[in-house]
Amino acid sequence: MNELIQLNLSSLTGRKYWRSLNQLADTPEFRQWVEREFPEGASELLDSGSRRTLLKLMAAGFGLAGLTACRRPVEKILPLSKGVEGYVHGRPLHYATAVETCGVATGLIVECNDGRPTKVEGNPRHPFSLGATNAFQQAMILDLYDPDRARQVQKQGVKSSWAAFEAWWLEQSAKLGDGAGLRILSPRSTSPTLESLKAEIAKKYPQSAWIEYEPVNFDRVLEGARLAFGQPLQPHYRFDKADVILALDCDFLGLDTLSAQPVRQFASRRRPEDGQELNRLYAVESNFTITGAMADHRLRARASDVAAFALALARQLNVTGAELNVVNQPADRERKFLAAVAKDLLAHRGRSLVVAGPRQPAEVHALVALINQALGNAGQTVSYTRPPYQPSDSLAAVQKLAEDLAAGRVSTLFVLGGNPVFNLPANADWAALFRKTTVVALAADENETWKAATWQLPEAHPFESWGDVRALDGTASIRQPQIQPLFGGRSALEIAALIAGRAERRGHDLVRSFWASQWGAEAEAKWKKALYDGVIEGTAFPPVDVKADAPRVFAAVQVALKPAPAGVEAVFYPSWHTFDGRFANNAWLHETPDPMTKLVWDNAALLSPATAKRLGVKDGDVLEISSGGRTARCPALVLPGHADDSVSLQLGFGRAACGRVGRGVGHRVESLRAASNFWFGPAEIRKTGATCRLVTTQEHHTLIEPITGLKRHNIVEEFTLGEYRERAGHGKHESHPPTDLFPEFDYSKGYQWGMAIDLSACIGCNACMVACTAENNIPVVGKDQVARGREMHWIRLDRYFSGEEDDPQAVMQPMACVQCEKAPCESVCPVAATAHSPEGINEMAYNRCVGTRYCLNNCPYKVRRFNFLNWNKDIPEIRKMVFNPDVTVRMRGVMEKCNYCVQRIEEKRSQAKAEGRRPIRDGEILTACQQACPADAIVFGNINDPESRVSKLKRQARDYSVLEELNTKPRTSYLARVRNPNPELV
Amino acid sequence: MSAFFSKQFDTKLRLAAAAVVVVLGTGGAIAAYLLHPRQLDTGYTPVQPVPYSHKLHAGNLGMDCLYCHTTVAQSNYAAVPMTEICMNCHVRVKEKSPKLQAVRDSYATGKPIPWVKVHRLPDYVYFNHQAHVTAGVSCVSCHGRVDQMTEVRQVQPLSMAWCLDCHRNPAPHVRPPELVTRLDWQPEGDPAVLGAKLIREKGIHPPDNCSACHR
Repeated sequence: MNELIQLNLSSLTGRKYWRSLNQLADTPEFRQWVEREFPEGASELLDSGSRRTLLKLMAAGFGLAGLTACRRPVEKILPLSKGVEGYVHGRPLHYATAVETCGVATGLIVECNDGRPTKVEGNPRHPFSLGATNAFQQAMILDLYDPDRARQVQKQGVKSSWAAFEAWWLEQSAKLGDGAGLRILSPRSTSPTLESLKAEIAKKYPQSAWIEYEPVNFDRVLEGARLAFGQPLQPHYRFDKADVILALDCDFLGLDTLSAQPVRQFASRRRPEDGQELNRLYAVESNFTITGAMADHRLRARASDVAAFALALARQLNVTGAELNVVNQPADRERKFLAAVAKDLLAHRGRSLVVAGPRQPAEVHALVALINQALGNAGQTVSYTRPPYQPSDSLAAVQKLAEDLAAGRVSTLFVLGGNPVFNLPANADWAALFRKTTVVALAADENETWKAATWQLPEAHPFESWGDVRALDGTASIRQPQIQPLFGGRSALEIAALIAGRAERRGHDLVRSFWASQWGAEAEAKWKKALYDGVIEGTAFPPVDVKADAPRVFAAVQVALKPAPAGVEAVFYPSWHTFDGRFANNAWLHETPDPMTKLVWDNAALLSPATAKRLGVKDGDVLEISSGGRTARCPALVLPGHADDSVSLQLGFGRAACGRVGRGVGHRVESLRAASNFWFGPAEIRKTGATCRLVTTQEHHTLIEPITGLKRHNIVEEFTLGEYRERAGHGKHESHPPTDLFPEFDYSKGYQWGMAIDLSACIGCNACMVACTAENNIPVVGKDQVARGREMHWIRLDRYFSGEEDDPQAVMQPMACVQCEKAPCESVCPVAATAHSPEGINEMAYNRCVGTRYCLNNCPYKVRRFNFLNWNKDIPEIRKMVFNPDVTVRMRGVMEKCNYCVQRIEEKRSQAKAEGRRPIRDGEILTACQQACPADAIVFGNINDPESRVSKLKRQARDYSVLEELNTKPRTSYLARVRNPNPELV
Repeated sequence: MSAFFSKQFDTKLRLAAAAVVVVLGTGGAIAAYLLHPRQLDTGYTPVQPVPYSHKLHAGNLGMDCLYCHTTVAQSNYAAVPMTEICMNCHVRVKEKSPKLQAVRDSYATGKPIPWVKVHRLPDYVYFNHQAHVTAGVSCVSCHGRVDQMTEVRQVQPLSMAWCLDCHRNPAPHVRPPELVTRLDWQPEGDPAVLGAKLIREKGIHPPDNCSACHR
């Protein structure tokens, strides 16, 4: 057929979208993904599997099949001996808690089934969660049940006990005197209780030092505020109040904020029907981040050129003192962008916002503070409070620690969590330095630091221990445990109490007594309320009214900002898979593709197409990147839209000492990262000649774009604001499908479930994917199986590029089963394993499925997933504790797919019936993806109720169905992406 | 050359084929009959770790089902009672009985009593006690006259066809919800008439789509 119909693709009208450079070039490899039902080899049994192996297995299977049916399996019922208050077998309990990553805290609610935590949700009461989570918080639950966690107190690898460790410390602490030899190294903590313990330790050991270090930190943001205002302050942005936003190397929708709040605020201004003016986002960045993908205009610039841009912008905005000429002049293409941005910002004084990313030097943050002040944004879209932790220059502090260790001035070093040996700056050989002294390492897993330590202590998971945190604005939360420590771990708080010599050692007592001292008389009631709400009222810091000191800022800029050297530079980013290495053993995150590159189970050196061409590099070529005598090897991956002469490297891979999941996955780039190029710096790139197989899912499940006449019907629809207004004037576009061959079913009664996904709001952050994995017991298949197209995610995020390969635009589209009313999959199932419910859900009865895969073959949306192997066969017992008891764990040979979280629908239905058979309220049922979504882009509900949120969205002019031409009548429809371009830059 | 196949060969072949069909068909039918849950599962009466008699407690003493199976109206599970509930009475009643040793041990040590499950559904079936009991389906409909059983046995096949029979025609099995634990209760007149009335009044629609039970 393909030979017969040769369309001249260049004559087609409509915008061309592409998912990979292969698709743009229409290579044979790409065509295979589109045209074949499965890629070659996808349905082969095993790697080296032969027909003979298959026959052997079948023979054994038949032989054993007879035996299994002989006896009825005996099952035991084990009721509790004594009751637990509030516990009803079969009913989940929800507890509020909070976690922090790199000093950024978020409130959560954890669902516990029969005493085991199974699912993480956001806490709607918490100002930085607002009910949503990110992908990392969703995946934390898997780390709790990681069989490779540290389990046993050890002394230099020999089994020991907490009692032995405490006895040793009693002896050791007596020798410490004023603590001159005592150092404590910990991750960034916002815990008020820990802060009080730190003060006690400092009092007891005045010569000791407590060093906080995070490989991904926000020190430069606070230092920038210190330059501008004379004191380190935490900026707070109101993205919902800003009409024009400029992000300078700031992935504020992605990995640079770590909480849902900015995303929710930003997305609230991307819906044209809300009556509010659509905001406009400009991004200047080197890597192509998801913030860049949401931007209306994006300027590719090396990270070191951003400072020049910020200074030029300050000049353009007539900020007094900005006439300095210390950094490179912007190039021509930047000038036009700069002029347009400056004009737009000036036109929106007090309603605009400039933000800079944590990689940028303090001087850029100070400049941004000045610019925001000059634009009248201070107090409007940006405010400042004291930071939630004691700010410190952690790079200088660890440098001092290295010197002290080398000089033998340290007798005892406590490492309270984190993995410093892996991720401290590569200026020193930390493993060797650690061996020079007695190191007490509290570690979550047997990581590099654990291996280098004298005393090896297992750390309790945040869901196992008491604690407290402060959100960025100061709002405090109590972290309450969901389960007893599975492996007898203790928290950093408890070790700190031991160091401080406190009588009370249990986390609960420490936290409770700290807050009791704060609250006084009403402590009991307030404690209960704090646990119930997940936030402590009235703990947010008041905004500080400050004025930026322009001469001081420009004096600092003059000194610090040197012209950026030409040539290639290497930039370090946290990774979507492991963050900074802390999630290296988390299979859910490894298998969730990076939002932009769609890479799984790996990291890569990202290059622009032009730079790759200049260097003669292809995807998978291993590069040697060197800087200042340090080197790292990493395979290359070409990312359209990446800045030229820049290479983006993701931290947290190539862990040598790690659990079974993460060991040897990816390449370690921390060896290149020193204090001088902590975030970015000049580098040299050399091809090694070696190659590494990188697996991306960008071409998997590519939908075939229908072409009628000479018009493309796009899978993703986009409008500019102008086009949208014109379209909205005409009302919703109604399609007239061809005559229907199938009889109509009456969907006018009862609940009819439907979904609307807003492409204007969706940022592509993966939270929905991981939430779905957790909720629906979705198995992990591994890199090799993903390469064969066997990944199991029920919801995927398709990333489409459009435009030039050097500087494309990107759109994200979450795609799960769209629940067709005329489902092509149902009519081909020979055993009626997939059938329609009267409420419009296309259901899968796993126990009926015989695995013909006809349904998958007939699904135009490519959303069905087949269990080629028994993915759950060899998983350890403890890992099974994470399974959702409301969802069947599927076997080999069974088809599966999204079912709108039917278990949640049924739960709410039975709850509504029990409460006097009332109707289910709109918004009562949240699907897992919807609940996790920080952008509120997914709305689920009853489309038979004209007042439901989903019905209202489906009436919008920009509502459309994917592959409408096929007349499948999907229940999930999409709201087209609306861009708000600046007319001057079009 | 003599014929390789005799003249009767076709007939014999057909007869042989028919015989195979008959033998396999009969065998299959017998196997299907014998392996049906009605034969295989009904009457299952495992030995329990404690010789607990429902006949004594629920029948003779007249204790309500809900005294022990406390969560039947709140959860998917009716809940096998905690040892604590046994001990509510047995701290004073028969407190020395050797038959209750396992109960006293469990109460003292906190270890559960390993009761053997009688009414077992496959893992992919999500049965909800709450939904049935609050709709007015009595315990007796699925579990039989437990108040007359010394040892609990399975009396219904609990097969999918059996479930669907009732879901498609619920009227004979629906009664006022407050009477669900009265195992001996019979309405005056035809149960189906009262059931139909209750179903109409309360708007009960038993689902018969897959995901009602399979998720």
